[in-house]
Amino acid sequence: MTARLPLTLVVGLALTAVFVAAALLSLVWTPHAVESLNIAARLQPASAEHLLGTDHFGRDMLSMLMVGARTSIAVAIVAVGIGMALGVPLGLLAAANHGGVIDDLVMRGNDLVFAFPALVIAILITAVFGPSAFNAILAIGIFNTPVFARVTRGGALAVWTQEFILAARVSGKGVVRISLEHILPNIASLLIVQGTIQFSLGILAEAGLSYVGLGAQPPLPSWGRMLADSQTMISFAPHLAVLPGLAIIATVLGLNLTGDGLRDHLDPRLRRRR
Amino acid sequence: MKQLFSGPALATFAAAAVMNVSAVLAAQTSITVGMQLEPPNLDPTGGAAAAIDEVVYANVFEGLTRYQADGSVAPALAKSWTISDDGLVYTFSLHSGVKFHDGSAMDAEDVKFSLDRARAEDSTNAQKRLFTGIASVDAVDALTVKITLSNPDGGFITNLAWGDAVIVAPESIENAKTAPVGTGPFTFSRWVQGDRVELARNPDYWGDAVALEKATFKFISDPTAAFAAMMAGDIDAFPGYPAPETLPQFEADPRFRVIVGSTEGETILSTNNKAENLSDVRVRQAIAHAIDRQAIIDGAMFGYGTPIGTHFAPHHPDYVDLTGGSAHDPAKARALLKEAGAENLTLSLKLPPPSYARRGGEIIAAQLREVGIGTEIENLEWAQWLEQVFRGKDFDLTIVSHTEPMDIGIYANPDYYFQYDSAAFQGLIEDLKLATAPADRTRILQAAQKQIAGDYVNGYLFQLARTGVANARINGLWENAPTQANDLTGVSWSD
Amino acid sequence: MLSYILSRLVALALSLVVASLVIFVMIELVPGDPASFMLGLNAAPDTVAALRAELGLGGSPVERYLRWVGGMLQGDFGTSYTYRAPVAELVTARLAVSLPLALMALLLSTLIAIPVGLYAASRRGRPGDWSVMGLTQLGIAIPNFWFAMILVVIFAINLRWFSAGGFPGWDQGIWPSLKALTLPAVALALPQASILARVMRSAVLEVLGQDYIRTARAKGLSRRRTLTDHALRNALIPVLTIIGLQFSFLIAGAIIIENVFFLPGLGRLVFQGITQRDLIVVESVVMLLVFAVILVNFLVDIAYGLADPRLRRRS
Repeated sequence: MTARLPLTLVVGLALTAVFVAAALLSLVWTPHAVESLNIAARLQPASAEHLLGTDHFGRDMLSMLMVGARTSIAVAIVAVGIGMALGVPLGLLAAANHGGVIDDLVMRGNDLVFAFPALVIAILITAVFGPSAFNAILAIGIFNTPVFARVTRGGALAVWTQEFILAARVSGKGVVRISLEHILPNIASLLIVQGTIQFSLGILAEAGLSYVGLGAQPPLPSWGRMLADSQTMISFAPHLAVLPGLAIIATVLGLNLTGDGLRDHLDPRLRRRR
Repeated sequence: MKQLFSGPALATFAAAAVMNVSAVLAAQTSITVGMQLEPPNLDPTGGAAAAIDEVVYANVFEGLTRYQADGSVAPALAKSWTISDDGLVYTFSLHSGVKFHDGSAMDAEDVKFSLDRARAEDSTNAQKRLFTGIASVDAVDALTVKITLSNPDGGFITNLAWGDAVIVAPESIENAKTAPVGTGPFTFSRWVQGDRVELARNPDYWGDAVALEKATFKFISDPTAAFAAMMAGDIDAFPGYPAPETLPQFEADPRFRVIVGSTEGETILSTNNKAENLSDVRVRQAIAHAIDRQAIIDGAMFGYGTPIGTHFAPHHPDYVDLTGGSAHDPAKARALLKEAGAENLTLSLKLPPPSYARRGGEIIAAQLREVGIGTEIENLEWAQWLEQVFRGKDFDLTIVSHTEPMDIGIYANPDYYFQYDSAAFQGLIEDLKLATAPADRTRILQAAQKQIAGDYVNGYLFQLARTGVANARINGLWENAPTQANDLTGVSWSD
Repeated sequence: MLSYILSRLVALALSLVVASLVIFVMIELVPGDPASFMLGLNAAPDTVAALRAELGLGGSPVERYLRWVGGMLQGDFGTSYTYRAPVAELVTARLAVSLPLALMALLLSTLIAIPVGLYAASRRGRPGDWSVMGLTQLGIAIPNFWFAMILVVIFAINLRWFSAGGFPGWDQGIWPSLKALTLPAVALALPQASILARVMRSAVLEVLGQDYIRTARAKGLSRRRTLTDHALRNALIPVLTIIGLQFSFLIAGAIIIENVFFLPGLGRLVFQGITQRDLIVVESVVMLLVFAVILVNFLVDIAYGLADPRLRRRS
């Protein structure tokens, strides 16, 4: 039992680290330039020159995957950031106002956003503003907000009942100060775990949006679009569709394992229960 | 990819599959045709979508005249016609015994109704311009129609062959959008919206009976799904097959036949001639020399397409090969840009959905980068493209295939979206309208081709090929696309 | 109690008004005129104007909003611009595909998830548990459209057991229709089953930790009996909650899968509506979906309220 916890975390972190490293490395170096097309050298299998072969435009697959990692990770991180930046204050506010009008409003608003079909709204957003990585971020970020608001509120409510909060109240601290100084640090682990999960969902969402052509635009490589662009060639150049698929799976798997590991590791209550 | 599994373990499943096959073999008179886009409605006189004609043209609806597979125009509902000496009065005599699918007779009054409806003030016919030259339509008797034009028009008989000019009946036109009633060899059976349209043989057809008893048009927009459906045998023929990259596989497979023909689609890198920087002919010439046509044809269309150097179909007898004037020459392109003082250009490149535009756009962006021109690619849906590019003229570059036949005249309209304004060219088109002798027309058309190529109005890429796949036992499908249609009247199965 | 229901009703109405406004404003912002899209490149401006009038696109935004909402209140969801058919009719036709697909996917995922979750819980901490849980992690990580693509390559193109997509229609027989929905349902079910199995496992473990289970075990009930008699029944509550959530997701969330298998479902109707600027379809379908979810939330609220008087007092 005790041996399993680090293992999940270690495997998850290792997988995540590989892709984060690849994304960071792609900022300064890729084996080949992803902007340069070489139609004559297209659809090549793996070779010493192109470790993972080339795509239908003769671009180096490894380089494409590296830059694609950057796109996916950037979109997902910023979307999680938006969700946190909006959702956490709302959740804290609702918890501080437990049972009050603000609480009710925040929760109703949450239900309302949840009631909208996320994918349809994401498609509408890109129809209004045009498809781009930025609008994909916006769409994913909006739907992250109620998740963080709910988790924050739930966690914060539990902390509010504890004695040291009572002590802080007695010492005359305001609601805002208590929320920031005492509540937030105590729910940080909760938020990190949720953040990891939303991060992995963000990667999947970005892949889905790009797959239908609504995410990052060319020439910027993105895993979802690489998949979409190459799927008609799956029968004679399967690596084009299989590799980005595996990259998505590995990254999401890594993040989910990390999230699970972190939850077990950071939250002693849950550890006991398992 | 090789067969994933094999062996006797699968015998039971194989038996099930064989049963399916024999069921198909027994019914050799039905066909399932794949189409990429679903028609929004089924009334060719009330919508622009090519998909409408691709279902109903020649199959359900017929006009006075019709296009044939080779692009020529032949009589259809009109048996014959005479033209007055001044070229203004056309007298058509109609076939007798023609019935609409609802049993009512087709006569001169229906012709008058159809044409008057198409040219009326509140008409929603997408090609209203085809009918603007008509001064009056008169039903002389039940089988004779007299059409008077306000000016002579050598193309009038061809205009009447368009899908937008088919003959409809006043009794049934109200519901034509969902339940079309025409005079053609197939009757409409049903439309499962989002999936397919089914047609059945018209037992009372006035002309030669067709071989097929049942025809189904199935709508598959996704190229991968189209490939899968064709390979799985769900579709018998896919005339406008959207994934040229997979054609070699069909060619290698004896079950299938690949049909490659020509279209009227000049695929061009449309350039906003009024945009900053692009109003300088040297910049446009630089772009033309930066483009490697063969790389685009290979990369975007997997080799299918014919390079063009001007806005004219290469299979037309008056075509002039001007590709040499805009040969791939990056060094020259860079020199021209330097001369024009436009070395750090960034241009918007707005791309509509077809893969020739999306893939071609990525390749052109890379080729322009080679000569120092940056691009900002924006993928648009058709509705956005129409609004932003075609009407709003808010673009630098776009890629689009102009599929109307003989459309070089669009360059004479300075308000057309690429905003080419040349008095010399407009003069040529004026001359063309007056010219009647074939030699004169050829001379003028060739001069016009040279004029726009020399002005580097747009980047001329390639003539779009029509790539289709069909079951090897199907005969009689159109090879080329002189108009947008899936004419099934001559289609049959061989054993 | 009455005042509680009343307050919930007011909240329900307010939510619907806000939702309808949000949807209307978004649709208003979508660029591209439906009429000129339908008429194409060569249409003359007066033709476009004629069609606009015919489609009822005139009037100020306020008028259009009131007309739309007023129509919906009378059960009229508008007429599709492209199909020229009532939206309600289109939705009903599409639900005949989407609803069975969602049910099938749900059934599949439940049938897989419950035994798998139960098995993992009973083998807690042992290799059986790890490997099953590892597989569910993988299942969650696989994008369903990618999985769908692989399924098509294997089962439609290579083995030809199933057709690559499309839907024959229920009038062509139940069996061909179910067959057509099999691959899409499998593709949709995989991630759902993985999530559900994990929920099932932790729910069972939670129940197993309760005192009354310990008592049962102490009284000599076998491990298997404990699991099936007590743990399973009690663990089903959280599992059912998740199933309910997944169902509403599956109805609207199958857009991409419907595209891969070219199924004429609700998701593709909306997607097509957006690209073809059939905005009235998008507007009304999204509103219907939102309404359905809000209504379910409302009913759940009332049910909780009935069950738990403390909640009543809070509001």
